[in-house]
Amino acid sequence: MGFNLWRQFTLVLTAVVIGVPLLVICWSVLQLLGGGDTSTLTHLWATVVPEYIRNSVLLLLGVAAGVISIGVSTAWLTTACRFPGQRFLSWALLLPLAMPAYITAYTYTGMLDFAGPVQSTLRDWFGWGYGDYWFPQVRSLSGAILVLSLVLFPYVYLITRATFIQQSATTLEAGRSLGLNPWQCFLRLALPLARPAIVTGTTLALMETLADYGTVQYFGVTTFTTGIFRTWYGLGDLQGALQLAGMLLVAVILLIFIERWSRSQARYDQRSNRPAPPFQLTGWKAIAASIACWLPLVFGFLLPALQLASWSLERREVWADSAFWQLTFNSFGLAVLAAVLVVIMALWLAYGRRQLPTRIVRTSVAFAGLGYAIPGLVIAVGLMVFLTTLDHGIIALSKAWFDYNPGLLLSGTLFALLFAYSVRFLSVSLQTINAGLGEIRPSMDEAARIQGYSPLQVLRKIHLPLLRPSVLTALILVGVDVLKELPATLVLRPFDFNTLAVRAYEMAGDERLPDAGPPALMMVLVGLIPVILLSRAMLKSQQSALKEQEFVPVTA
Amino acid sequence: MSRLQLDKIHISFGAAHIVNGVSLQLEQGEIGCLLGPSGCGKTTLLRAIAGFQSLQVGSISIDNNTVSESNKTVPPEQRGVGMVFQDFALFPHLNVADNISFGMRKASSTERRKRVDELLDRIGLPGYHKRFPHELSGGQQQRIALARALAPKPGLLLLDEPFSSLDAELRERLAVEVRELLKNEGITALLVTHDQQEAFAMADKAGVMYQGELLQWDTPYQLYHQPRHQLVADFIGHGVLLQGTVNTQGSLASPLGMLEHPSLMQVAGGTPVSFLVRPDDIVPDPESRLRGKIKARGFRGAHNLYTVQLSSGIELLTLSPSHEVLDVGADIGLRAEFDHLVVFAADHCELPGFHEQAPTVQPLPSVLPKSQSA
Repeated sequence: MGFNLWRQFTLVLTAVVIGVPLLVICWSVLQLLGGGDTSTLTHLWATVVPEYIRNSVLLLLGVAAGVISIGVSTAWLTTACRFPGQRFLSWALLLPLAMPAYITAYTYTGMLDFAGPVQSTLRDWFGWGYGDYWFPQVRSLSGAILVLSLVLFPYVYLITRATFIQQSATTLEAGRSLGLNPWQCFLRLALPLARPAIVTGTTLALMETLADYGTVQYFGVTTFTTGIFRTWYGLGDLQGALQLAGMLLVAVILLIFIERWSRSQARYDQRSNRPAPPFQLTGWKAIAASIACWLPLVFGFLLPALQLASWSLERREVWADSAFWQLTFNSFGLAVLAAVLVVIMALWLAYGRRQLPTRIVRTSVAFAGLGYAIPGLVIAVGLMVFLTTLDHGIIALSKAWFDYNPGLLLSGTLFALLFAYSVRFLSVSLQTINAGLGEIRPSMDEAARIQGYSPLQVLRKIHLPLLRPSVLTALILVGVDVLKELPATLVLRPFDFNTLAVRAYEMAGDERLPDAGPPALMMVLVGLIPVILLSRAMLKSQQSALKEQEFVPVTA
Repeated sequence: MSRLQLDKIHISFGAAHIVNGVSLQLEQGEIGCLLGPSGCGKTTLLRAIAGFQSLQVGSISIDNNTVSESNKTVPPEQRGVGMVFQDFALFPHLNVADNISFGMRKASSTERRKRVDELLDRIGLPGYHKRFPHELSGGQQQRIALARALAPKPGLLLLDEPFSSLDAELRERLAVEVRELLKNEGITALLVTHDQQEAFAMADKAGVMYQGELLQWDTPYQLYHQPRHQLVADFIGHGVLLQGTVNTQGSLASPLGMLEHPSLMQVAGGTPVSFLVRPDDIVPDPESRLRGKIKARGFRGAHNLYTVQLSSGIELLTLSPSHEVLDVGADIGLRAEFDHLVVFAADHCELPGFHEQAPTVQPLPSVLPKSQSA
């Protein structure tokens, strides 16, 4: 009993500690509402906030339109239709997920700006000079929308595709027996049924959009994230940064609510799992479908990856540079450390929830899983305020007692970075491990117990082997996410500590795009691992759906 | 010596009483069965015997060792009890042989191999050692789950709705097979189900639970023919409960006529009672003055089950061989042919003394009281 109480306490404590950055921001907003100093806020409102809001809203609308049109159409084509390349495309369309958005942004700038290959070729062909022609500016709001759409559409693709596969054959067959052609089946049946999934996928993409710093910063689009960064680092105004973070948080919370609501709208009551017979496309239709699916793949992954590869070749001396490998070592070490830490925490929380499902524990665990929606920069700001206060306290104490200044023990070391990663990526590992734990039914525990195994032996004999894949997956997902995370790393890294992501960002910022190539390529290569895992899981679930078909008596 | 003994068990979750004063006992080698609608507390009772659930009052003894009391619960792994779970709970990362030998921890590897071979033979799946659970059909998984529970030779086997996830045909065949297997192994077993066919096929002793109470613990024959409680009569088998009134001369005025039985003398005149009429208590008789109209016919293989509506509106059930087909809507004469009477008082409990002797029936067209179908 005492142990259980202690355990509950640690679970709640974990959730509270994970929630510190959020609580700091909420508290500062509340303080402001309670009659605090509003002069900064008034100034921000009068100058930059309207612009941030306008840009953010336009960005969100544009990305939403982009990811929905690309994601839904490719999902429908690859599930409901058969055309040459459909099988390959159905997993290859996940590849853009391996590209961090800011990296894609750099590659397109490299390709499309004045000195890039596209404009140079045009000039060579037509004999134009500078100023003789108009070419769309990549580094603009519409450029950011395009880049983010190309990178984030797989969220919509993946989730919508899962729903399309689940949609039972009978629904679509009923539609066809009532005289709908394939196109009408899609518009009038499949699409409305998939609406909750589309909303879920889109909100996920939009959360990533709000959290994005690298792309909008590089393209010169002022949004909340760039605003927070500028207010904090450029103007040294932490209070202002906190208040902007608070506003961004409100937008994120709104998105969370939309996502929750759409999930609750989803009803999986389509009993028969027999997948609908696909439409065989031939002739020009097959070609059109093929092109429609190849375009996002080419522009979302192949072209940027090729550009990165060519830069990496151009700067091949970097690969022999020990500083570059130090950077790589830093990145991987940090990723492994953070992944292990986060997965251990997730295991503790997930088991706590399974074995002590009291209300307070469930609420705590759910709260601890919120972090993924919170932009890294917001977490960083909240955390920084908290840790510097703590640090100053420690320094004051230490000076008073030992006459010694230990320096910034928490905010100036890797501790801050690991803390921020834990907040942001705990939910990824928590979800993965919860899913794995859900597969181990309580009756399996009981079956082992009744056969004479003690609880610890059950853990070793049943849980360990069954949970190993989920734990590995969680480690990989968190590790790769940490590797790619830019804004939080940029702000919280200790002095003189660089990672691949920061390096690519700095090189691009210095207009040395080819130098950004090798670290970016490295990140993309590592980023491919979770995408491959994801596509394997996707194909596997599809196969099991196909397997079930054999048991369904065919009544045709 | 009784293998399993439950003594006035109470289990409650907070304010809700799930199991209420249940006592029962199983002898060595007997197969017992708890029947009841879902939510009656039968699974909770089974989990208490397994040791997954502590109890507030009463005691559970296995082999005369008390394993559960109000302040003591011996952990499940120390009880030597086997259990077959509703969802089978096979371990997906282990193959069939490893699953079966999972509980034989102290045995040598040769012993394990021998036992696995023996059990796989008995359950009719020889050579399935290397298969994995997901490669098996539901019926095969069920048999493996049973073999796994039997492998360590438990003194007592518990089965929680073991056939509920299988289809009806397989269910009945497996129930007979499992009974044979348990009898061969000499295993004492307690089964929980809501399917009475399963209970009848498996059990030596059976009981009906309702809202946490065990209404009756008896042989299946007695549950069917001599239910002690109106709800037992209701739950087990087909039948109709008819209302009647005992008059001062000690006969029972009923929709079927005047029933006379010596035990009716013990009942005060004017007492309203109800009595159970099974389909086999009513036989078609063209000569009879008790007539009705056939409302429905249900084909039951060897028999047809007819629902007959008397002119008073009361419905009765009767059986006739299936080759004598009578049409729905046809007129039919019926005669009551009781072997014994089952009479319930207003509190739904059975009145004693009616099992010994058959009643005499005098059909007379009179003003008939209302019936209640069961």
